[in-house]
Order: sequence, then structure tokens, then C-alpha cells
Amino acid sequence: MTALKDLINWLASPAIAVTLSMIGLVGAMFVKPLWTKKGGLVLFATLAGGFAFSFTDPNFRIVATMPDNVPILGMLFLVGFFFWYAMYQAHLNDARLAAGQPPLEKEDSDKKVFSWPDLVYVELVSLIICSIVLVVWSIVLKAPLEEPANPGAAPNPAKAPWYFLGLQELLVYFDPWMAGVVLPTLIIVGLMAIPYIDTNPRGNGYFSFRERKWEIVMFCFGFIILWVVLIILGTFLRGPNWNFFGPYEYWDPNKLVPLNNVSVSEIFWVKWLKTALPTFWLKRELPGILLILFYLGALPGLLSKTLFRRFYEKMGTVRFFVGVNLFLIMLAVPIKMYLRWIFNLKYIVNIQEFSFNI
Amino acid sequence: MSLERHWKKIQQQVVETQVWKSIFRVGIPNTNRKRVLAMLGNVVLHLHPVKTRKSGVKMRYTWCAGGMTFFLFLTLTFTGLLLMFYYRPTIEYAYGDMLDLREQVPFGIMREMHRWGAHAMVISVWIHMFRVFMTGSYKPPREFNWNVGVVLLVLTLLLSFTGYLLPWDQLAIWAITVGSNMARATPLAGNEGPFSAQIAVNGVNLVTAGSDARFGLLGGRIVGANALLRFYVLHCVFIPLIAAFLMAVHFWRVRKDGGISGPL
Ligand code: HEM
Repeated sequence: MTALKDLINWLASPAIAVTLSMIGLVGAMFVKPLWTKKGGLVLFATLAGGFAFSFTDPNFRIVATMPDNVPILGMLFLVGFFFWYAMYQAHLNDARLAAGQPPLEKEDSDKKVFSWPDLVYVELVSLIICSIVLVVWSIVLKAPLEEPANPGAAPNPAKAPWYFLGLQELLVYFDPWMAGVVLPTLIIVGLMAIPYIDTNPRGNGYFSFRERKWEIVMFCFGFIILWVVLIILGTFLRGPNWNFFGPYEYWDPNKLVPLNNVSVSEIFWVKWLKTALPTFWLKRELPGILLILFYLGALPGLLSKTLFRRFYEKMGTVRFFVGVNLFLIMLAVPIKMYLRWIFNLKYIVNIQEFSFNI
Repeated sequence: MSLERHWKKIQQQVVETQVWKSIFRVGIPNTNRKRVLAMLGNVVLHLHPVKTRKSGVKMRYTWCAGGMTFFLFLTLTFTGLLLMFYYRPTIEYAYGDMLDLREQVPFGIMREMHRWGAHAMVISVWIHMFRVFMTGSYKPPREFNWNVGVVLLVLTLLLSFTGYLLPWDQLAIWAITVGSNMARATPLAGNEGPFSAQIAVNGVNLVTAGSDARFGLLGGRIVGANALLRFYVLHCVFIPLIAAFLMAVHFWRVRKDGGISGPL
């Protein structure tokens, strides 16, 4: 039993958990048997069984029942369910499309029904169910209220509201101006850009996976991994001092984690060239600056000629470069995480003179 | 007489009263003509078209997630109004009012409904967005409505964030402290952000802890009395008004873009 729990604690550590969920998610999308009713049951049983097992552990129980963590458990199941449900319907349609039939929605998309009663009643029933759930939930579970506010006594860990914990998790890997300002802005810009970048005319108005594989994999990567998984990590696995704790580990405020982070400039000048760091910031940071310039300036151009040539031709110049840059920035998030995990890399560009650190 | 006949008779009598007829002009919508009139004559129902594409009515397609979000918004508006009767946004009273809401108010589940409803709304907006993505419903002609949706998503999160401070307990101020600390790091506009120390006139920094983006958000250097008042006004008036307006635009556009999407 303890061996199993130790194993799960280890599997849940950020590097492994994020790697596994990335491979798991993207891989799973191509495993057809998962997106059937049977597959859904297996997925649900695994998830529910995992929780049932975990709840026998006192340390897990403490964290899972903290105020405001209950809705996150709900979110986990809801997002899980609807992810399965969307993929289930997509695969149903894919089978039909492969057989030359139109998608299921087409069966009755040309018919019109009177909104009264067909639509109004569906809404009424949803509304009643929603109200009942909310009232029962409110009677059963009291809203949390902690000690009165005390600006002098910061709790440890101090956490943002749960839906921002993914961003707070990014603070481990990025400075606040990136994690708290630039990346959120880019998420919004990126979401808004989707309809203008995605020129694939197919898959409009019905569930389908085979007609829009790229779009769906990318969106789900952003939504499930970079948003939901990071929230779960930040909520359940980050304890005092924002240290990592496995799901069955006690949140010990005295846990010490050695930090010996380095920057690209140190690696380049001190480790490779064996000289002291140059004093002039531009010279010192040139390697990192070049890396960034290459990544966002040159790489998109290279990709347009090689790997992504097909996209470039289909999308046109503006769409392609906006799209690829947004894509690369999204990808930069896990890349930076891995650089930290593998090389202890803290900054690629580290210009303390201007508080400009990437 | 069977129960059903009794029921029918009572129904008939109610529907024929002057009071009923004055409210619902059409009577029971049992003919197509009356179904049309029922939808058109009611200010709430006429958000909907008279006829809807059959595939768009199905739960399996929309999951009713957008509708659920809207309904939760209405519930939150209502419970929020009730909470405003009791709650005073000052450091002296806020926390005490929370205790009173818990201890003194009969049937006191308003706070619970408001808080859990808020969490539920955040989750249901995500699920709605996910559905819209998975059915490709952001594609032409619905690009703009997707964008209205993205703004609504942001507003929903901001509504929840500003409300988080109001109980004025440890959970509240520290969550907002952590969140609003980010504003301090805004490039140029936050006092710890990139390049802001370079904005100086005659050696005097212009962007300081007393003038930066975070100060503007909180009305002070710490999450204190001014922040509470600001968040209260943002939460109860400013953001809901904008969100309500954008929802109207959103629903209008759903119809103008050809109703709920479906295969072409
Ligand atoms: C406060 C938040 C929101 C409310 C109350 C809301 C409400 C609704 C409702 C009631 C519908 C009708 C169909 C349905 O129920 O699914 C709808 C459709 C739609 N929503 Fe939202 N929505 C919100 C946020 C969003 C977000 C975040 C997005 C996307 C980023 C979005 C994009 C759309 C689009 C594109 C449609 C048309 C879908 C179709 O025709 O199939 N909405 N919305």
C-alpha cells in the first residue's frame, strides 16, 4: 500500500505528471475504443476509483476538502465527462463521414421545430434541474468563511482563486510580468484569433475529429493541459512555500527544496567559455536574446518553408505568421517548464537592469 | 371523473379568467398559430426565434451549456441583490455581516447559492466554450460572436475575482493580494515591471508603488478599505452591467448569424 502511494506521489510530481498528461491526452485522442460508451465507462470507473481510493488517505482528504476545493473536484469530473462526450460524438460522426454519410446532426438540421414547446421545455427542464442541484448543494455545503482578514498574517501557501491557479503555477517558471500579464493577455488574444486563423471550412456545425485533427489537438492541449491540469497541480499538489507535495503527502511547512537555478548567460559565459560574465548587459545576454529572436523571428519563417509548408500555402502570409507565433508561444510554456526540470534553467534572458527576465 | 379530467377542467377555468387572459393573450399554445404568437408576445421568450433548427434544440448538441451559464448569471444577480441588503463594503462591517448572514438570516442559503453558483458559472462558461469549439461553431459566420464570447469569459472570471474579496476573511484578502500582485509586474505600468524604473524625470521615478497599475486597481498600496470598496462597485454594478449588455449582443448575434449552428 505505501509502496503504491509512494509511486503515485512520485508520478504526480510536476515534471512527470505534466509529461504523462500531455502524452496521455494527445495519444488518447487517437485511440478510438476510448471514445465509445464502454471506453467512457472505463475512464469514469478509473477516475472515480482513483478518488475513492485516495479518499481513504488522511492527507489527501485534508487537501481535497479544503474550502473551495469541492467545486474543482466537480470541474474535474464535468470537464472529463464533456471531453469524453464530445469525442464520443465526434467519432460517431467520423464513422459516418468515412462511410460517405452526412454527420448525425444533418439528419434533422434541415427540419425546423416550433420553439414552443420543443425549445422552451428543454430549457425549462434544464433550469429546474440546475436550480435543484444548486439549492441542494447550498444546503449540504456551507460557504467557507475563514478568520477575519489580517493584512499582517499571510497564510502559507497564499493562493489565488482556484481558476487562476494555473497562472500561479506558471510563476514557478516565469517572472510575474510573463505569468501574470503577458501570458494571460496572449491567451485572450489567441482565443480571439482562432476564428480568423483557422481557415478549415469543414467541421462547422457538427462534432468531428478527423476533419479538424490539428485544431482540436491544439485547443485541447491548451485547455486541458495548460489550463485545467495546471489548476489541479496548483490546487492539490502545491503546499507551503509553493513546494510540491504528492497527493498522499503531508503538507509540511518545513520541507526544504534546494534551488540552484542558472541562466543561459551563466551557462554560456561561465560554463562553456570559462570566463566571467561580461559587465555590459547587452553582451552578457546576447546568447539568450539571440535564442528568443531565433525562436520567434526566424523559426516561423523556417517552418513556413519546411514542416508547415502545407499550412503556409493554405493560410497565406498574415494568418500563418500570426498563427505560428501564437502556437510557438503556447509551446514555449511547456518548453520553459522542461528547461527548468532538466537543466535548472531559470532565465533565458536575464536583464536585471530593466527587470526584463524571460 | 378521472383526475385528468378534473385537471383539464381546472385548467380551462383558469385560462378563461380575465386575469389570465390579460397576462397571456394567446391562451394555451395548442395550434401552430398560437405557438408563434406565444413566442412573439412574450418579451423573454422572444429572445428565441419562432422556429428553431431541430438539431440545435437537442441537448446532445449544445449541452445547454450557454443557456446554463445565462441562467446561473440570472440566479447570481438575484441572490446577489438579496445579499446586498445585508452586506456593507467597509472593513468594519464586511466580515461581521458575513457572520450575520450565516447565523441570523432565516433560510440562510443565499450566500451559499451565490458562492457555489459563481463557481458553477465559471465551470459552465468553460464547458460552453469547449462545446462551441468542438462543434466548430466559431467558424464563419460566427467569428464575431465567438469574440463576444471570449470577452464574456473574461468578464465572468473578473466577476468571480472581484467577488472573492468581499467576505473580507483571510481566504479573500490573500487570494486578491496574490492575484493583484501581478499588476505590479505590468511592463512599463507596474513598479516592478520591466522598464518601468527607466520611466523617470530628472531622476525621479514616475512609476512607483504609489502610482502604478496595482495602485490604480486597489486604490492603495495594500488590499485595504479602498480596494474593498472598488471591488464591491466593480462586482455589483460595473462588470454585471457590461456583461449583461454583452450577453444581449451575444444572443442577438446567435440569431442574426443564422441560429444555432448546424451542418451546412
Ligand atoms: C457569460 C457567458 C456566456 C453566456 C451566458 C453565453 C450564452 C450563450 C447561449 C445561451 C448560446 C446559445 C447556444 C447554447 O446554449 O450553446 C450561445 C451560443 C454561442 N456562444 Fe455563448 N455564452 C457565453 C460565453 C461564451 C464564450 C466564452 C464563447 C466562446 C469563446 C461563446 C461563444 C458562443 C458561440 C460562437 C455561440 C454560437 C454557437 C452555435 O451557433 O452553435 N459564448 N452562448
